[in-house]
Amino acid sequence: MDNNNLKKHISGQFNIELEGVLNQVLVMGGLVEQQLTDAITAIHKQDLEMARQIVANDHKVNGLEVQIDEDCTRIIAKRQPAASDLRLVLAIIKTITDLERIGDVAKRIGMMLLDNADKKQPPLVSMENMGRRTVKMLHESLDAFARMDVEAAIEVHKEDARVDREYESIIRELMTFMMEDPRSIPHVLNVLWCARSLERVGDRVQHICEYIIYFVKGKDVRHTSDEDIHSMLDR
Amino acid sequence: MINVATTMNQDETLDISRLTREQTALEIRGLNLFYGSKQALFDVDMNIARGQVTAFIGPSGCGKSTLLRCINRMNDLVDNCRIEGEILLHEQNIYGKGVDVAALRRQVGMVFQRPNPFPKSIYENVVYGLRLQGINDRRRLDEAVERSLRGAALWDEVKDRLHENAFGLSGGQQQRLVIARAIAIEPEVLLLDEPTSALDPISTLVIEELINTLKEQFTVVIVTHNMQQAARVSDNTAFMYMGELIEYTDTNTLFTTPAKKKTEDYITGRYG
Repeated sequence: MDNNNLKKHISGQFNIELEGVLNQVLVMGGLVEQQLTDAITAIHKQDLEMARQIVANDHKVNGLEVQIDEDCTRIIAKRQPAASDLRLVLAIIKTITDLERIGDVAKRIGMMLLDNADKKQPPLVSMENMGRRTVKMLHESLDAFARMDVEAAIEVHKEDARVDREYESIIRELMTFMMEDPRSIPHVLNVLWCARSLERVGDRVQHICEYIIYFVKGKDVRHTSDEDIHSMLDR
Repeated sequence: MINVATTMNQDETLDISRLTREQTALEIRGLNLFYGSKQALFDVDMNIARGQVTAFIGPSGCGKSTLLRCINRMNDLVDNCRIEGEILLHEQNIYGKGVDVAALRRQVGMVFQRPNPFPKSIYENVVYGLRLQGINDRRRLDEAVERSLRGAALWDEVKDRLHENAFGLSGGQQQRLVIARAIAIEPEVLLLDEPTSALDPISTLVIEELINTLKEQFTVVIVTHNMQQAARVSDNTAFMYMGELIEYTDTNTLFTTPAKKKTEDYITGRYG
């Protein structure tokens, strides 16, 4: 879809409102991406200062979510958007919900690091690979969002399978730790929770890709496998 | 894969590209219309679903009112107007030879933009068409008045002053009176040409609510400049542009995922 199409309303004010809210989504996306990147670095380096910073920044993400929601509500009330405009507003409302939840993941990772700071426990497994992969997915989905690029969204959507595989291998490793030494279970559970949250980030990024497809193509591809998405869009 | 949304919708929306004979109220076939040498409608083909509300939308001069007027031959009154193609009502072409236009207009009633009650009492306005048909039996007329006024959601407001002059009613009430007059003769199809454009927002909502109940008995075709109104009241919407039927589909689809770019641009308020 031609992104400039957004600016072609007869009402210039409507153009400004839509562009404004779209830019805010990208700002929010950038912030969430930074938070998630920091969270993964903080786990890797056991960087408590960074963890504190992440926790402190989370309110910015929340604030943006509330503000964008309000903007969307106002647009619906005043402009009665239809067709692609309506789909855009709906896609935005849903996207920011997922972004906010990704932000929450970063914050909770930060909090967990702070809670366990005095215990001096080893990280057990490296989550850096999986973490970097989810960050990359998020980055690319935001890119696709900015350009409303369906092909890119489909590519990112497929990436999640690799995150899932890495998650499974982390689980297997962690189970070995638990079987070898039951005393490690409380710590393993924390690590497991981190891994699980990062895996969920991949799912949330998939949602964002689905909203992009919904906006551009008008097709709801949620709960559809990667193989079926293509055939659905060709129809 | 089962798509829950479409399965749920199927009860409500007919697929208008595949209407059965029973589901079709009107068939418009290859309709061309000329005002003198200027062509106003280009090869319009569409089936209008029985017992549903069909809306025509489009910018000024797109031919939507012209098309509506064709359905009860109002364009016959326009000089220099020439029509090709056919409109089938009960498989009879209404432009065929020997068609009684007065009889056609009893089957296809029409309500205009501005309320146009006759300078008579409320009662006499409603029974006007029946009296023309030679019906003067008091009890039958009384029944028709109550039934029509109830049908037009006006009864409770006027039942105590049926014999007062209709000009004493408000604009919104007058419009509902005109609708009552139109439905008193029990037409099959009711044509509404921008029925709320001269009314205030609350009267507009009352008429819209009325349209929703009218479709239980009649096939309703409405022309409106107000896109949100079309979205609210109609089951199917036809978008017209420069005399052509651009897109005609169920209203839910047209207002969320239109297939044509022109439709999209129009309903989202972009330059055409």
